[in-house]
Amino acid sequence: MAIDTKPITINVGPQHPSTHGVFRLRVTFDGETVVDVEPVFGYLHRGTEKLAEERSYVQIVTLTDRLDYTSSMTNNQAYVRAVEKLAGLEVPERGMYLRVIGAELQRIASHLVSTGFFLQELGTFVTLLMYCFRDRERILDLFEMLCGARVTVSYMRPGGVFQDAPEDFWPALDVFLNEMPGYIDDLEGLISDNEIVLARTRDVGVLSPEFAIDCSVTGPNLRGSSVHWDLRKADPYEVYDRVDFEVPIGSRGDCFDRYMVRIQEMRQSLRILEQCRDQIPEGPVRTEVPYFIRPPAGDAYAAVEAPRGELGFYLVSERGIAPYRCKIRSPSYMNLTVLRDVLVGWRMADLVIIFGSIDVNMGEVDR
Amino acid sequence: MLDFLSVLDFFKDNLPDPLDRLAYPIAGMTLAMIVINAVVMSTALYTWFERRVLGRFQSRRGPNRWGPFGLLQPMADVVKLLAKEDIIPDTADKPAFTIAPILLLVPMFLVFAVIPFGADSFLGRLNVGVLFILGVTGVSTLAIFMAGWASRNKYAMFGAIRAVAMLISYEVPMALAVTGVVVLAGSMSLLGIVGAQSVPYFLVQPLGFFVFMTAAAAEMSRAPFDMIEAESELGGGYITEYAGMKFGILQLAEFMAPLATAAVATVLFLGGTSGFDPIPGQLWFLAKAFALVFLMLWVRATWPRLRVDQIMGFAWKALLPLALLNMFVVAIELVVLQDSDTGAITRGDLWAMAAVNWVIAVVAIVITANVLGQRRLRPETPVPSPLANMAAEAD
Repeated sequence: MAIDTKPITINVGPQHPSTHGVFRLRVTFDGETVVDVEPVFGYLHRGTEKLAEERSYVQIVTLTDRLDYTSSMTNNQAYVRAVEKLAGLEVPERGMYLRVIGAELQRIASHLVSTGFFLQELGTFVTLLMYCFRDRERILDLFEMLCGARVTVSYMRPGGVFQDAPEDFWPALDVFLNEMPGYIDDLEGLISDNEIVLARTRDVGVLSPEFAIDCSVTGPNLRGSSVHWDLRKADPYEVYDRVDFEVPIGSRGDCFDRYMVRIQEMRQSLRILEQCRDQIPEGPVRTEVPYFIRPPAGDAYAAVEAPRGELGFYLVSERGIAPYRCKIRSPSYMNLTVLRDVLVGWRMADLVIIFGSIDVNMGEVDR
Repeated sequence: MLDFLSVLDFFKDNLPDPLDRLAYPIAGMTLAMIVINAVVMSTALYTWFERRVLGRFQSRRGPNRWGPFGLLQPMADVVKLLAKEDIIPDTADKPAFTIAPILLLVPMFLVFAVIPFGADSFLGRLNVGVLFILGVTGVSTLAIFMAGWASRNKYAMFGAIRAVAMLISYEVPMALAVTGVVVLAGSMSLLGIVGAQSVPYFLVQPLGFFVFMTAAAAEMSRAPFDMIEAESELGGGYITEYAGMKFGILQLAEFMAPLATAAVATVLFLGGTSGFDPIPGQLWFLAKAFALVFLMLWVRATWPRLRVDQIMGFAWKALLPLALLNMFVVAIELVVLQDSDTGAITRGDLWAMAAVNWVIAVVAIVITANVLGQRRLRPETPVPSPLANMAAEAD
C-alpha cells in the first residue's frame, strides 16, 4: 500500500534562532528535504534611504552605522567616500590610514561574528560562538579607544576621521596583533579539521562561480566560489595599494569554502593592520570641512569591500545640505538573491548552515 | 544499607501488630520516596554541574549568583518555572500533551530502581535488570513522539519524527553492546554484572564501551546527535510548545537522562561500586558516574551536530557492525578461555582478553573511520575562476 505524502510548509522565522535577525523563510519541505523557499523580508525596514534625504551629510554617518550593525566602520567608510567624491574633498594621509585600520579591525570583528554564528548553527552548542565573541570584544575595546563607541561607531567623517587615535591605542593594537593569530589558530585547530564539520559543510550548498556572478554576489561568498575578486585589489581605494596582502579564494564554492575564506581573510586583515601600524605618518587626520557640506549638483557612487561584499553608496546632490537621493547597494541584499537556488534540494539541517554561511545581516537587507 | 529486604525487616519488626501486614507497601514507598528525592535532587545538582562545566568550556563563569558557587540556581529555576503560566495550545491534543512529560519522566525513575548504588544499597533485586533497563528506556521514544505530535506544531512534529527514527535505530547497537557484557558476565542481573567485573569491562571490551556510550548519547539526544531538539534548526523540537512546569518536567527528564545513562554505564562497564577500600562504594559509584557525565559534557561542548541522514547512517553503518564485532569477539574469546567444566573465567583471562580487544577495537575503529569518513581535509589549491580575475584585468 502506498502511503500518501504531501509537502508541508513551515515558516522559518521571523522569530527563529538561526535567521540572523528578523528574516522569514517560507520553506516547503518534503519530509526533511527542501523543495521550495520563499524569502520574506522587510521586518527591519527603517527607511534609511528616505531618512538620509532629510539629514545633513554629516548626520547621515550615524544612519550608516545602523545598516550592518556588525560592521559599522566599513559602512561609514563607504558613505564618507561617496560624499568626498561628490564634494571633491581631500583626506589627509593619516586619516586614510586610520580609516583602513578601522575598516580592517571591523572586518575581523564581523568575520568573527559570522564564523561564530555559522559554527553555532552547526550545533556546537555555544562554545565557539563564545570564543569568537570573546575575541571580538577586544576589537570593540579598540574601537572604544578610537571613538568612544563600541558598535555604532560613527568614527569617520567626510574629509577624514572624527579624531586621532589616543596615545594608548597603539600599544593596545600591538597587543591585539600579537595575540590574535593565536586565537585564530585555536579556533581552526578546534574545528577546521573536525570530521563532523567537514561532513556537514563539504560540498553542501555549492554556489557555482557563473551563478554567483549572474546574481551579483560579492564578498567572501563570491571568493568562496573561486572567483578572484576583491575591490581592495581590483580598485584600490585609500591606502590599499600601499599594503601587501593576498585575496584568499575557495576551490569548490561550498559552505566550508566560504567559512575558510573568512578565516583566511582575518589573517590577511591582520597583515594589513601590521603594515598600516608601521607605515602610518604623522599629521592631521581630517581636513577642514564646514558642518553643512553643500556639494555641487551631480551624483557620485563609491563602493568599498565591506566584510559581506561590495557596499556602495550612490548619492545625488542638488546643492542642498542634504542629498537629493541616497541609494545603498548593500551586499547582504544582493547575496540573498541566490538563496532559493542554493537551498532547494538540501535538508532542514543544511538550510540553516547554508543560510548561515551566506552570512546576511538583516539591518542591511531591509535598510 | 538501602536494601529493600532490610527496610522490610525493619518495618516488620517495629510496626504494631495489625499494621505489620502493611510493612511491604510501606517499605516500598519509603524506599521509592528516598530514591526519587535523591534522584531529583542530584539532577538539580547535575544541572548546576553541567552549566558550570559548560561555562568553563566556553570561557565564561556559568551560574554563580544564588548560594555558594551558584549552587541554589536550580531552585531559582524551579521557582521561576512554577510561577509561569501553564499554557496548553488550543489546537493541542490535551490528554496526550499533558501525559507526555510524565511518561518521559517515569522511565528515568524506573531505571534508578534497579541500579545498585552500593554493594548493598539498591531498590529492586531484579535478576533481569539489563532487560528491564532496555525495555523501560524504550518508552521515552513514545513519550517524545506523544509530546511532539500532540503539540500540533510543525516544528514539534519534525522533532518527533526525527526522534522516532533516531531513537529506535540507536536502540539496536546499544542493546548489542550490552549483550557483550551479559555474555561475559553470564548474568543479566546488575549485581551479578558488578560482581563479575574483576577487571572493569571497559578495559575488557573497549569497543562495547565505545558503542554503548555513543548510542547512549544518541538515545538521550545529546551532542553530536541532538537533532531532536536541534536548537538552531527546530528551536526546541518537541519541547517547542511546552511552558511552565510541564516544560520543567521535560527538562528534568532530559537532565536526568545523562545521570541514568552514566549510572547504567558505570554498572555495566566501570565495575559499579568497586574501588579501593577506605572510600565507600557509593562514593566510588558517584565518582565514576560523574566522570562519565563530564566526558559527555566535553563532547557536547565541543562537537557540532550531525545531519539527520548522517546520524541514521552512523547507527547502521558504523555502530551496528562494531557492536556485532564486539559481541562476536567476546563470545569466541569466552569459548576459548573459560574453564570447560565450570564455565568460570579468571582475572588473568580477562586481562588477556583486554589486551586482544584493545587492538581489535583500535583497528576496527580506524577502519570504520576510514571507510565512512571519506571527507578528509585535503589542502586543495584553488584555481581562480576565469570569469573575473583581477590580475587578468590589470593587463
